[in-house]
Amino acid sequence: MFEAIAFYLFAFLTTVMFIITVMSKHALYSMTALAAGMIFISAFFFMLGADFLGAVQIIVYTGAVMALYAFGMMFFDSTRELKEKTTPSLLVFGLGGMAALLTVIIVAAPIVSGNITAAYPIVEGVGNTQAVGMVLFTKYLIPFEVAAVMLLVAMISGIVLAGKKMDVSLTLVEDDETSRLDTEKEKATS
Amino acid sequence: MMEIGLNHYLVLSTILFAIGLLGVMRRRNLLMLFFATEILLNSVNIAFAAISHFYGDLSGQMFAFFVIAIAASEVAVGLGLLVVWFKRSGSIDLETLKSMRG
Repeated sequence: MFEAIAFYLFAFLTTVMFIITVMSKHALYSMTALAAGMIFISAFFFMLGADFLGAVQIIVYTGAVMALYAFGMMFFDSTRELKEKTTPSLLVFGLGGMAALLTVIIVAAPIVSGNITAAYPIVEGVGNTQAVGMVLFTKYLIPFEVAAVMLLVAMISGIVLAGKKMDVSLTLVEDDETSRLDTEKEKATS
Repeated sequence: MMEIGLNHYLVLSTILFAIGLLGVMRRRNLLMLFFATEILLNSVNIAFAAISHFYGDLSGQMFAFFVIAIAASEVAVGLGLLVVWFKRSGSIDLETLKSMRG
């Protein structure tokens, strides 16, 4: 009873928040609605008994990812109203939908037909966090290490791309060209 | 109706995925495209957690963890590239990326 109420409430809230994210003309409204939607999604994880996943969802998405977006939006012109595509091509919509449907059918058809059994059954008598740890550090140890290395690489690339020479352009523009662009910009503003 | 089963979660996941797909198709701002991508990843995470719960298998939660890790690194690299592109062209609209007119 209460599970049904909670499910429908959070399903409604998540759907509304994500529709606002997709449809809003203002980037700030869109980002705030996305952060709210992420928090509401963690409620589903708690309802499904995946406590650790729900905590990770809150910490990583609304703590790290949305904060990163908020800092990134300082670089961009976020107060300007977003322009949308003026002529939505019906052909693109139709072909995109067909391709998505076809991919789902291709991937899901062998799974639906076969008998699904649990490869790593949930251990009885321990909490969710402990069970996750037991599986993560035995069966999924190599992917875990690879994910750690990937996060390190992403952090270094983020620092190199965004953090070096913050006041001028980089990586794609030569040094003399950058100074030339700067003088042109100063001429244009003065 | 009152008993929440696997199908409820899968239908919700499909609805959220459709919203994200709509966002990917109609947005022209690259930052908004990133937001729509986050919606897609989150909707798949719901499906993973639901299947993991109803089949008693922890593999779904493991995959959801790795999806979250990939989303975090995607945001770091993507925002770095976006900052570089904004410094270069002064705009993050998709039209500015059309440098090769085929």
